[in-house]
Amino acid sequence: MTNTHAINDHYRNHQLDALHEETFSKTVFGFWLYLMTDCLLFGTLFCTFAVLHAQTFGGPPPKEIFSLPLVFLETMILLVSSVTSGFAILACVKNKQPQVTFWLLITFVLGLLFLAIEITEFKDLIQEGNSFQRSAFLSSYFTLVGTHGLHIFFGLLWLVVMIAQLYKFGITIETFRRLVIFSMFWHFLDLVWIFIFTFVYLLGVI
Amino acid sequence: MKIKKNPVLSMLFFSGLFLLIILIMQPLNIWQFGEKIVVLFPKGMIALEQRNLLFILQALMLIIIIPVYILTFVFSWIYRADNPKGKYDPDLVDNTVAECVWWGLPLILVIIASVLTWVKTHELDPYKSIESENKEIKIQVVALQWKWLFIYPEEKIATIDFIQIPENTPVQFELTADAPMNSFWIPALGGQIYAMPAMTTFLNLIANEKGDFRGSSAHISGEGFSRMNFVTRASTKEDYDKWVSSVKQSGSELNLERYNELAKPALGDKPLFFQLTDETLFDDIVNKFMHPKP
Amino acid sequence: MFGRLTIEAFKHDATQSMAVLSMLFGGVALISFITYLKRWKWLWNEWLTTVDPKRIGIMYIVVVLMMFLKGFGDAMMMRLQQAFSVGDSQGFLSASHFQEVFSAHGTTMIFFVAMGAVFGLMNLIIPLQIGARDVAFPFLNALSFWLFASGAALTLVSLAVGHFANAGWLSYAPLSSIEYNPGEGIDYWIWIVQIAGIGTTLGGINFLVTILKMRCPGMTFMRMPIFVWSCLCANVLIILAFPILTVTLFMLALDRTLGMHFFTVAGGGNYMMYTNLIWAWGHPEVYILILPIFGVFSEVVPTFSEKRLFGYASMVWALIFITVISFVVWLHHFFTMGASPYVNAIFGILTMIVAIPTGVKIFNWLFTKFRGKVHFTSPMLWFFAFLVNFTVAGMTGILLSAPPVDFQVHNSLFLIAHFHGMVIGGFLFGFFAAFTYWFPKFTGFMLDEKLNRYAFWFWSGGFLLAFMPLYMLGFMGATRRLDHYEASTGWHPLFILVAVGAVILFCGANIQFFGLFWTIYKRKQNWDHTGGDPWNGRTLEWSIPSPPPVYNFATIPTVYDRDPLWDIKHGKTAPPKKEYEDIYMPINTPIGMYIGGLSLIFGFGMVWYIWWLVILSFIAILICAIIRLSSKDEHELITAQQVKEIEDEHLRRMKSHD
Repeated sequence: MTNTHAINDHYRNHQLDALHEETFSKTVFGFWLYLMTDCLLFGTLFCTFAVLHAQTFGGPPPKEIFSLPLVFLETMILLVSSVTSGFAILACVKNKQPQVTFWLLITFVLGLLFLAIEITEFKDLIQEGNSFQRSAFLSSYFTLVGTHGLHIFFGLLWLVVMIAQLYKFGITIETFRRLVIFSMFWHFLDLVWIFIFTFVYLLGVI
Repeated sequence: MKIKKNPVLSMLFFSGLFLLIILIMQPLNIWQFGEKIVVLFPKGMIALEQRNLLFILQALMLIIIIPVYILTFVFSWIYRADNPKGKYDPDLVDNTVAECVWWGLPLILVIIASVLTWVKTHELDPYKSIESENKEIKIQVVALQWKWLFIYPEEKIATIDFIQIPENTPVQFELTADAPMNSFWIPALGGQIYAMPAMTTFLNLIANEKGDFRGSSAHISGEGFSRMNFVTRASTKEDYDKWVSSVKQSGSELNLERYNELAKPALGDKPLFFQLTDETLFDDIVNKFMHPKP
Repeated sequence: MFGRLTIEAFKHDATQSMAVLSMLFGGVALISFITYLKRWKWLWNEWLTTVDPKRIGIMYIVVVLMMFLKGFGDAMMMRLQQAFSVGDSQGFLSASHFQEVFSAHGTTMIFFVAMGAVFGLMNLIIPLQIGARDVAFPFLNALSFWLFASGAALTLVSLAVGHFANAGWLSYAPLSSIEYNPGEGIDYWIWIVQIAGIGTTLGGINFLVTILKMRCPGMTFMRMPIFVWSCLCANVLIILAFPILTVTLFMLALDRTLGMHFFTVAGGGNYMMYTNLIWAWGHPEVYILILPIFGVFSEVVPTFSEKRLFGYASMVWALIFITVISFVVWLHHFFTMGASPYVNAIFGILTMIVAIPTGVKIFNWLFTKFRGKVHFTSPMLWFFAFLVNFTVAGMTGILLSAPPVDFQVHNSLFLIAHFHGMVIGGFLFGFFAAFTYWFPKFTGFMLDEKLNRYAFWFWSGGFLLAFMPLYMLGFMGATRRLDHYEASTGWHPLFILVAVGAVILFCGANIQFFGLFWTIYKRKQNWDHTGGDPWNGRTLEWSIPSPPPVYNFATIPTVYDRDPLWDIKHGKTAPPKKEYEDIYMPINTPIGMYIGGLSLIFGFGMVWYIWWLVILSFIAILICAIIRLSSKDEHELITAQQVKEIEDEHLRRMKSHD
């Protein structure tokens, strides 16, 4: 009787392992598809910006309101945070939980810094009279960059939840899976930022 | 489950009857409504060309569609399950020749239709002036809520919900709106074009017969849009000149102030006639959205 | 405290009050009925918290049928109005009310009938046809449904509280801008479509992963049923097109709520961009609706011709061709907006090209019947109706795709006749075929064939009478969305004819509803005695019991060719061995329903500017999501012994009915 149980349990664990593997591969693939939809989302916002970027309605041109040094700083912060999120995954693979939490915390701080700079940029623009209500150019600028910032915000929320999950559950198949797709998300946001940096700020100032 | 014997026959019969009724209804409709079917019996050259393109395209398509209908009925009848005479060939799942025919033949027809469409779209570009020995008349159109303002810049008159033009004379409409998106349509003379705020579009039409033609708005612009109808009267040149001078003499003044009153949302209940004293009125209307308010 | 919501929002005219009362009465009746049957716990456990796609599919269809009633009611009101509002009479609807009615009609029918039916079918059929036990993400699937239901519920709320949009089903700018439309109507429309749209996008991802990753062993792409292929293409369209809609709605909301200038007339806004964006989504949307229907017919026609589908590879390429082309034709919806003849002609030609693969499909269906044994069961009758009506609509579509012709018929009733031929003659008749075809699979009993036939005749005749005269009306200069016209136009007799047609259609729909309830009442007489295969089917879904057990397949089949069941029946393949194994199924959860309900509250708050409600409900949604995304993967175990018992019980039931 005990033997049958042992064999059955062993068989069931194999099944559950196979199930977890399947879930992992489906989730990662599904998340790629979600990133594709997010790509299209940003693509539409970029198209809108392209159509409206010259409509300043008598207001100042991009040259006068963008500060390239600040944007460069934001870019560096985001790039480094991408690297640190990569380190977190590496540590996860090596099963070193304290390191994972450490790198996730660094990523969080960097992301928060990025958002803080961006919010200050927006606040200054609004205070000098260049709010999103002033012209189509400003509406599309605020929305494109703001949507990216909103994604970063949700990423930060996700980071907090992951740090909490790591604390409560440790590195399990579920937390590992969620960290992997988080890092995909975070790299994706970095990529979108490169496009924003190039097409909105750089091309706007030239 | 029990199904009545040979329902297929009754089904095909009644389907055929339906289609026959539809077919017969067309000439019946035309006989009944006649000239009111303005798209098929147009009064202007542009509309005529557009109708002819419709007929040619329809004829091209029937080359494929009529065989499709025949095959549908024939196959349904011959290969119905309780017909012992219908050959049963369950392995007939592919035929390269057949595929070539039904990829190829529609392709050829689409190529013909495409060439025709390309040529006719350029010929019938609404922005293209119509060639004629008669001098072109310009009318500026402003879609309002919920009426049409027509400005004759050269004759210096303006009307609400009424146009008069001489027959056989090209008319160039320049359109804008001080209202949401609208569509300016006189089906007896030709196709429509959108009239939109802060921009201008152009439409060139010509009336080759005398008469009163109905015009309307073909795009919803708010509560009163279904009442935005106007009359287009095509008359002789002499009658047209007489009309212009009578409006010039008796019409009230249309300046910016009067215009602003007219532009307020309200239904236009009858045609109005004005002398145009503000010559830049149309351009001002187009540009009013372009500048930031002080 | 309540934003811009005042007591005025609850005051309605007579017609609308009657509608609201009947809706409330229906709701109360339903709740009383469930209470009387003491079925609340059952409803909660078996339906509201389910993640089983078979159950979710049925829930989609239930919501679809309810919203169909509403949309149909809107249509009846429109046609009755137009039969009376001539000359001096304004009819029984005011102009603004009429405009709300047609906007609601379009929005309801496209988003909550057509899209819901497509998702219902995908939920029910895809896992079964690919030999899978579930979809890729069961919880996400439930969430998609509840977001869809939330959108539908918000539509019904808009009937009772305030007014719905009055700018058509697409709310073109600048009519939908805050300047010309300050009320709550457009905001209702924005959030209804936005919430439902997010559900759709998630569903698209879900079904793509399901089809790409969960096919049973041996089922290569070229062995999939064409229905699965058509859904694959439709889901590709969904994930590529719906994000455009999400952004466009978001931008319109920003314009209206935060004073931005995307689509305003002043401030540098570009309302023509709204038209472009909304149709860049809108055109793929209509293909999302029709491609699964093409798939349905590719199942129905071979089954009832007792013959394989003709030209399988050709059909697949035609589907792919249509999918790709559907992205490059959107401008044909606004040829009249003043683009240059080059632009217009190019888009016109691209639109004409789509006729080629569509024609290919029609020929392949016809030649499936060639030298087959054709049975005229209800699904086949609907195919016949589809063929006759869809081709007419298709022809008028080609006419519309030539810009010079379009200039004369754009926004006229000719256009209305064309696209209703597509959605009713194409989509709806296909949905009826699917419904009558697959009904026995999920219930275990058959629909009443006689009532089905009556419905078919009423729909066919009614459709012709209600829509053919519209082509003529278009040629007579009648534009769409008219709440009133002059007697001198001569349109009145045709509008009366069209209203009679609408009444006949109404009779047809009533026969179907009655037929459904009658069938359920008389189900014992109509049991499917074949044990799951009443139509002599060819694909995997007919190889399992009706209704299917929760795990679908006791043994995951291996497939060696197309029409795998046909091969088994004809001895070309061995039937699957009865070796049972333990099965892990996902467990129920109420979180999908909670998020759906909270979205309803969120949407309502956004419409009425009740900001505290918006913030609170959004935070609650986040909390629900975090709870769900922090939970361990849990499964319910069905042991091999239990599977054997379920399968044996089914066999016993089958034998006892003989």
